[in-house]
Amino acid sequence: MSAVRAAWAIARKDLRIEWRSRTALLTASLFAILVQLVIVFGRDGGTVSLTMLAPSVLWITIALSSLVALNRAFLLEREHGALEGILVAPVNRSAIFWGKWFANLVFVLAVIAIAFPLWVLFFNVEPSTTLFGVLGLGVLGAIGFTAVGTVFSAMTVRTRFAELLLPVLMLPFMLPPVFFAAQATLRVLSNRPMEELWGWLRLLALFDVVFLVLATLLFPAVVDE
Amino acid sequence: MPPLLHATTLVRRFGPVTALAGVSLTVEPGEVVLVLGPNGAGKSTLLRCLTGLARPLRGTVQLAGRDVHADPAARASLGYLSHNALVYEDLTSRENLRFAAALHGLHDVETRVDAALASARLTERADSLVRGFSRGMLQRLALARATLHHPALLLLDEPFTGLDVPAAGVLRAGLKAERETGTAIVCVTHDPGELWDVATRVVILVGGRVVHDGPRPESLEDFRASYATAVAA
Repeated sequence: MSAVRAAWAIARKDLRIEWRSRTALLTASLFAILVQLVIVFGRDGGTVSLTMLAPSVLWITIALSSLVALNRAFLLEREHGALEGILVAPVNRSAIFWGKWFANLVFVLAVIAIAFPLWVLFFNVEPSTTLFGVLGLGVLGAIGFTAVGTVFSAMTVRTRFAELLLPVLMLPFMLPPVFFAAQATLRVLSNRPMEELWGWLRLLALFDVVFLVLATLLFPAVVDE
Repeated sequence: MPPLLHATTLVRRFGPVTALAGVSLTVEPGEVVLVLGPNGAGKSTLLRCLTGLARPLRGTVQLAGRDVHADPAARASLGYLSHNALVYEDLTSRENLRFAAALHGLHDVETRVDAALASARLTERADSLVRGFSRGMLQRLALARATLHHPALLLLDEPFTGLDVPAAGVLRAGLKAERETGTAIVCVTHDPGELWDVATRVVILVGGRVVHDGPRPESLEDFRASYATAVAA
């Protein structure tokens, strides 16, 4: 069967299961809200302004709450050995990756959609059209680290400490896109010229392309015994 | 015409432990092969290599002439049933079967799914979440899932584990029905009695090697005695 149809079937199945339980989405969203609240109330208001903190907080929130989302990606395949049912089907291993990755991306974007308005509210971000630019950065950033997260999630699911191991493996790989995206967000919010933004956008896009390709190539080796 | 299943000199190691030490197996259409052996003999490892779940260090597995590891399409003629049901608890029976149908790229999905639910005696629970199913119902659904695409070869890994007598009987009847349609079966098991009356061949593995491969003897009791001798040797 075509790889696209198989990937779509896998993504649709994951999204249907998540939609039915909403457990991970609610947990990740609540986590995103709490992270923002802790930073808002934990900062020294006299020395650190909300405006200065806003870009970093947005990306720290997205990165950490995405870990919650990515953790569940393969955990749901563990019950009743369901992943084996996919692996013995006449489906290319890379198509399995693309299906899982797409479902994870939609999931992370849903978390961003919930966290973003709260971030605008908590950090007194001026509502303007530049916010669409920040949302676009959210999509661009999420593409790369969900690719990395999908592979690591598949890798750790067979271990006893999958929930603990995933953040340890993931966070070093999240640093570059979080840094690039926070820098780009700062420039978007400050209405800096496009020339200053391009470099960071290129780095984000490069991260996405490199890790999507690497993840597609590595995934078969990760799921095969 | 290539054999339905042709595995040649499979070698598989786990660190210093050799699980398979050059196992070869050929299965023709319609055969029912029981693979027996003591714990750690390499039975499940062999089956996982045959399904494509595990890659052998050496050797190849071909289904109808196509390499099961290199060519995903080769697995289209394969059904797999283990002691795990390979289904999702948060999907209904029908949704689980539809998903399996999508993975196999099947047409006339609803007709096939309805027929599979009926043969698994799950029509009334078609739209119930699998979460509340008993072990017997799960295994019936698993068999429906494994045979939805009418595979030419069914690979079974201890499928009767955890089933009570009535549930095992229902599963046995389902497998016999598959056998009657011409499906070849390779069943890894500890208890040869489970599928003895439909088996055509018996393979015994000990220490990752085939120590016996021959037609099924008439008497199960005589076989049990010779099996104990073969394993002890």
